[in-house]
Amino acid sequence: MMNRAALISLQILVAVVIVALWHLASTTTLFGNPKTVAFFFGDPVSVMRRIGEWVFEGSIWYHLWITLSESILAFLLGAAGGVLFGFWFARKPLLAAVFDPYVKAANALPRVVLAPIFALWFGLGIWSKVALGITLVFFIVFFNVYQGVKEVSPTVLSNARMLGMNERQLLRHVYLPSALSWMFSSLHTSVGFAVVGAVVGEYLGSAAGLGYLIQQAEGVFDVTGVFAGMFVLMAFVLLVDWLVGLVEKRLLAWRGR
Amino acid sequence: MQAETGQTPQDAVHLDGVAISFDLAQGRRFDAVAPTDLVVGAHQFVAIVGPTGCGKSTLLNATAGLLKPAQGAVRIFGQPLTGMNKSAGYLFQQDALMPWKTVIENVAIGLEIAGVARAEARREAQGWLERVGLGAFADRYPQMLSGGQRKRVGLAQVLIRNPKLLLMDEPFGPLDAQTRLIMGDLLLNLWSEDRKAVLFVTHDLDEAIALSDRVIIMSAGPRSRIIGDYAIPLARPREIGEIRHDPLFNDLHRTIWNALRDEVITAYRQTGAVSDTKASVAS
Repeated sequence: MMNRAALISLQILVAVVIVALWHLASTTTLFGNPKTVAFFFGDPVSVMRRIGEWVFEGSIWYHLWITLSESILAFLLGAAGGVLFGFWFARKPLLAAVFDPYVKAANALPRVVLAPIFALWFGLGIWSKVALGITLVFFIVFFNVYQGVKEVSPTVLSNARMLGMNERQLLRHVYLPSALSWMFSSLHTSVGFAVVGAVVGEYLGSAAGLGYLIQQAEGVFDVTGVFAGMFVLMAFVLLVDWLVGLVEKRLLAWRGR
Repeated sequence: MQAETGQTPQDAVHLDGVAISFDLAQGRRFDAVAPTDLVVGAHQFVAIVGPTGCGKSTLLNATAGLLKPAQGAVRIFGQPLTGMNKSAGYLFQQDALMPWKTVIENVAIGLEIAGVARAEARREAQGWLERVGLGAFADRYPQMLSGGQRKRVGLAQVLIRNPKLLLMDEPFGPLDAQTRLIMGDLLLNLWSEDRKAVLFVTHDLDEAIALSDRVIIMSAGPRSRIIGDYAIPLARPREIGEIRHDPLFNDLHRTIWNALRDEVITAYRQTGAVSDTKASVAS
């Protein structure tokens, strides 16, 4: 593996090359009529200027805050439900067997189709988006926790019993840590899905948030606004993912390397 | 040369006609161990040796309360065993430490769940880590240790609870030869302090003779049974690396090996010729 500095420079180089090509295409005749290109793809200078306006005028912070709080709520509630039910089902095989087809059926449903129903139930405020995010996060956490409880090493379990643990202590010292370690290892996916749920929900009907911003821009063929919104969203996701990485590193320190 | 086993209530383990079977598919049963009698004295170090798959670990698990015998009774220090064996500590062959707990947390947990205050439990755990030579590794996670170091942690984890009976299932099996010698010496060293009753399962006859007061030989499965019970009158304290050059050690080894060899060959033939044990299943 190359060193960190070289890696980061190469990563930045990719962005520079793409933006440069984009800039050339939208300002010179190199790839055809620049007006056409700019109409369909916008141009990087306007997009940056738009992002700059949002940031300095301060309008973007409100939308970011809405999307962030929806994502966090969706993650926390979805994860709590997933842990609870994952645990319960793993400890009660009969329950798991009975509900198995229903869990699979519910998970197979594309969540987008639920968005209008949630809007109907919970209104156009944040809670319909939170609900959408929950349906995504819940299943990821649920399956991971279920697996985590099921896959506890029988030797570790026997050893814990021989050390004198009762059922409650086994839950706390063996089953829960094992289940949580599985949950944490899927943290990137589940947090990512919380954001997806929030943005898709906003896109399909709302009055605030990044998804709303993008949807509004699309509604008036404001390509610059659409691209600016997408870049803000990407930066947002990268930041969240980096934070999750930090948390994960702390929580899974015992896996070592 | 039958070893003496007085039938006093102080005996650590009494197996009275303990037999173990497993239910297989289609209502068939696999009889792992035939009805077996075994007595382990209160301060006796007893090794069970037998070919692979002879059910020696199964017998150990029945003594631990992890497995219910199909018939017969287990008594621990005179009391009939129901549920888990609370006076026993068990050292497993495979990794049994909780990987999400640090070394010291793993060692202290036995005391903590028994209600000892956290600080007190940690202090005692640190003392045990030093006794097994891992005082500087308290805050590591098991994954960061070598196999031998993990066994040391396991030993500390079990001994901190001061069990009156120590059950060991090929505990040093996965280790390399040098580490096994060192671990054997460490075990004898710790054991000599209070001479707990030990039931030590192994397939390594050298290890069995070097460590124990008595070596039990089991026949090849299925329906394996005890076919030999040898006293090991080697003087203590012993040094495992040295004791192998003792003429008495060699005599004992020859005698016991003669009894064991046929069983090993039988077991080998069974696993070699018919890979599924169902060939010898009792219906």
